[in-house]
Amino acid sequence: MKTFLALAARDVRLAYGRGGATLPIIFFLLVATLYPFGVGPDGNLLAKTGGGVLWIAALLASLLPVDRLIAPDMDQGLLDQLAVRGVSEESIVLAKFAGHWLGFGPPLLIAAVPAAALLRLDATMLVRLELGLLIGTPGLAALSVLIAALTAGVRGAGALAGLLMLPLAVPLLIFGAGSLDPYGGSALKLLAATSLLAIAMTPFAAGAAIRAARE
Amino acid sequence: MMGQGQLRFEDISCQRGGRLLFENLSFALGPGDAAVVSGPNGIGKSSLLRLAAGLLMAASGTIQRAGRIALADESLALDRHLPLQEALGFWAKMDGGTTGKALTVVSLDHLAQVPVRMLSTGQRKRATLARILASCSDIWLLDEPANGLDLASLEVLSQMIACHRACGGIVLAASHQPLGIEQAQDIRLEARP
Repeated sequence: MKTFLALAARDVRLAYGRGGATLPIIFFLLVATLYPFGVGPDGNLLAKTGGGVLWIAALLASLLPVDRLIAPDMDQGLLDQLAVRGVSEESIVLAKFAGHWLGFGPPLLIAAVPAAALLRLDATMLVRLELGLLIGTPGLAALSVLIAALTAGVRGAGALAGLLMLPLAVPLLIFGAGSLDPYGGSALKLLAATSLLAIAMTPFAAGAAIRAARE
Repeated sequence: MMGQGQLRFEDISCQRGGRLLFENLSFALGPGDAAVVSGPNGIGKSSLLRLAAGLLMAASGTIQRAGRIALADESLALDRHLPLQEALGFWAKMDGGTTGKALTVVSLDHLAQVPVRMLSTGQRKRATLARILASCSDIWLLDEPANGLDLASLEVLSQMIACHRACGGIVLAASHQPLGIEQAQDIRLEARP
């Protein structure tokens, strides 16, 4: 447990200390700023489609730091040192997941407020969006860590990460955007289920990927 | 508590990338013992150490280890942007050791507040040794510990090893230059025909 906390705290410090957390947020707000320029200033249209756009932005924002999640630690021998100390790969991944989410989830939830204003989402819509993001971003973070572990040590990992991540993240996107609907209660539950599934699967799949990379 | 460590290889074969590196390797190290692995480049010295560390699986045979292990390989495993003391502290805290004394032994105490990325090759190697010292482990696995060290640091290294053995620790080192370890077992890996 001490090791878990030390690892997660290290990742959070890395995310906030070196501006790692600001990049996804700036990206998120950038999309919200650019979208009205692309589709025109029609308030109704923006309000109708804005929520979905923000979900896409959140998905891509979670993918931005994917090459910095696992690969540097693997290169500099940190993961080996942890393994020598008897720390299981699964708990390393779990700590990485916690650190990654704490690094981009809460700032994203805050950034969603000005982004919603830019896209003329009303208050009820904003509440639904925040609730959905709160439930969905842990799933996105888990998938990012999984993809980071799978692509660590591969050349051109960034592009490959996108290709691997998108199909896995589609259910989160569908139910996330679906939960914005006035009758989206069931979509919200399915979003929670998908998110939980991603979180439950990640430690084992990513742990196996890290062990396989050692051979 | 030191002096309880044990490392035993029984009929170990090691295969990497479909190539057999060595087979039927056996040796045993108890408290206070040391062994030096020697042989030409690419013969499997580092793989042997990674087997001992449990990072690789042996193709056949059994490895018994008792006691905590510290591994010093070519990677530093310290956060590059952090000051040296803080980066070492991450591991020392996990291992229940202290950094101050370890840094003094390898005479890096004056660089404790310098970021790890500013260190030279030899200083990095010494930082790795400080990490090993601070880990309070029974079994030291040292992969080419003498690379990049100056004469004074080589002397410190052999003193460190002697001191660790006197306390009942075990040292397994891979090196192709003499480390000044007294009464060490010689594990020679031969090129296969």
